[in-house]
Amino acid sequence: MSSSSVADSGVGTVTGGPGEQKPIVCSEECLLRAGNTNCGGCGMSVGLTMLGRALAEAGETCSLVIPACCGIVTAGGFPTTAYNVPVVASTFASSPAFATGVASVRDINDESGQVICWAGDGGTYDIGLATLSAAAERNENLIYICYDNEIYGNTGGQRSSATPPGARTTTTPGGKSEGKKDIMGMMAAHGVPYAATLSIAHPEDFARKLATALSMDGLRFFLMHSPCPTGWKSEPQDSVALVRLAVASGLFPLYEVWDGIRYELNAEPDWTDPGEYFRRQRRFPPGQIDTDATLRECRRRFERLRSRSRESRGATV
Amino acid sequence: MKADPTGVLTGAHYLDGDYACGEGAMAAGCRFVAGYPITPSTEVVERIARRFPTIGGTFIQMEDELASMAAVVGASWTGTKSMTVTSGPGFSLMMENIGLAAMMETPCVVVDVQRGGPSTGLPTMVGQSDVMQARWGSHGDYEVIVLCPQSPQEAFDLTIEAFNLSEIYRVPVLLLLDECVGHMTEKVVIPEAQEISVEPRRLTSKPPEEFEPYRLNGKPVPEFARAGDGYRFHTTGLTHDERGYPVMSVECQETCVRRLVDKIRDNADEIVRFEEHDTEDAEVVVVAFGITARVARLAVETARQRGIRVGFLRLIALWPFPEKRIHELAGSVGSFLVVEINYGQMVLEVERCAAGRARVSGLFHGGGGVHDPEAIVEAIVEAAS
Repeated sequence: MSSSSVADSGVGTVTGGPGEQKPIVCSEECLLRAGNTNCGGCGMSVGLTMLGRALAEAGETCSLVIPACCGIVTAGGFPTTAYNVPVVASTFASSPAFATGVASVRDINDESGQVICWAGDGGTYDIGLATLSAAAERNENLIYICYDNEIYGNTGGQRSSATPPGARTTTTPGGKSEGKKDIMGMMAAHGVPYAATLSIAHPEDFARKLATALSMDGLRFFLMHSPCPTGWKSEPQDSVALVRLAVASGLFPLYEVWDGIRYELNAEPDWTDPGEYFRRQRRFPPGQIDTDATLRECRRRFERLRSRSRESRGATV
Repeated sequence: MKADPTGVLTGAHYLDGDYACGEGAMAAGCRFVAGYPITPSTEVVERIARRFPTIGGTFIQMEDELASMAAVVGASWTGTKSMTVTSGPGFSLMMENIGLAAMMETPCVVVDVQRGGPSTGLPTMVGQSDVMQARWGSHGDYEVIVLCPQSPQEAFDLTIEAFNLSEIYRVPVLLLLDECVGHMTEKVVIPEAQEISVEPRRLTSKPPEEFEPYRLNGKPVPEFARAGDGYRFHTTGLTHDERGYPVMSVECQETCVRRLVDKIRDNADEIVRFEEHDTEDAEVVVVAFGITARVARLAVETARQRGIRVGFLRLIALWPFPEKRIHELAGSVGSFLVVEINYGQMVLEVERCAAGRARVSGLFHGGGGVHDPEAIVEAIVEAAS
């Protein structure tokens, strides 16, 4: 397996994702068209563009199922509709159930094309968790991508169960006291064929994982760390740097899980001090995040992933 | 009893209707709020999330609206005044637990800041199309009380009223703001705590061994025992007897459900709230509520100036509906004109109560904006002819 350092960051390494860097373009032919109304520095917009490119490279078409979230506001109003693919706007709690119907009939009719749920963290970790769990249990033939901006962005910035501890939101004005749900652990526990994390700061790794998912069947789950300058109170130009810091400091590990058993780590954190990550987001009250404790917790979680990766490597050799 | 001064932000403020509703809840003694973000209601809980830590309340942002309503019912059974806040789609999700609250006779307040529907509709724009859902939204026969403010000041006042009525009748009280009232900012005067009357939970004086949770003891509603006070009791959404235990029989259904319905119907004269202007000599009476009442009032005054004998009736409580008054007026006026931001909901109730004694017409608006006052004037002219 080859490994290459992430060119412009100087931190972290990404394995398994070599290949020619292609410019990400946004045109009439793209999944996400130019001229949409999303915020500057929106990670979700970058993710949609990369999804569009992965589909194009795989020669695939798709239908999107999107619950209430910024992603459905992205669609915009006619004639400025931003999506270049069919989109079904589901109710907030129900995108996996809705997609179950779409994907099942597609399969019955022996039709092609991916059915992809594109949902925020509120629609995934909170209100949509029951339908996601049920779709995972049935191993529905669909792709689910959670763009996790760690906040209810569409309603103006309330906490979700993906909001990290300490972050101020309009409903946690003193900083959130609870931790963040381990949604990847939950999906792995369902034994879905494929689950992986995505970072827009690691586009080759991102593209490779999407290509992997597009080459297989069953429920494929992605968790994408999605910077949100509006909710994170950060500068739009910092978005990619912030999620890169999250990978480097171990806050957001890049990894894949097959069948809930086989773990593969994709980037080795260099354990950069996460202080800068917190300082560059005004949602974190200055000086109130214990960065040493955070780093210790990140290391603990990463070592747990590493041991699972070693175990699964032993199991598959 | 008088309000606990801890929650009363006495003074003259410049607040929007959502914030005023939150302040009303705190003044009424509400100390538990569970909610889930949804436009245009989120500001109510955002206000409460900021203020509760200073007054000793608990706000929990729940995982969805099913859970929000369920948590409110649970909290109320500890004797704590409890509330949830939502808008259209979330209101739909709450319906099962609103029915449970009605069946268990749980005092609680549910705020719905109405937006344009159906479904996702117009999340940031006004609607008044939840008025029938508020009354009939959960399955089965039950009665609730529904109040409908027309201003931020009234959002404050009626939130207190909602809590008081919920305690008196042990019933969910629904407060229907609309997006305009929720988001308009006006002067709101919050009085001194000793000027605010609040109804306490009607706790039982019986010892645990004699207590039966649904025994009436000569009162219209049973006395309450708080969970955790040592009373062994059972409460359920199943049809139940005085002891609270499920009984699957025609007789028990009649006793149990009939009382849920009658405790509101028999006291409707006490609960109905409306205001009237210029109805004494009116040929036409305009009926409206919420933000539409303020637009319609202007149209009524304009039509009066043009010599039309038009009166005005504003619904403050939508349910129970002032059926006696509408029936009386139907004997003296030529027609009613119902103005509402939906395609004809409360007009059906006016028609029912007019019972053919007066003509009834409606001027409807699908939502996303308010009526043009001149269009209402024209409708008044037509109704008068």
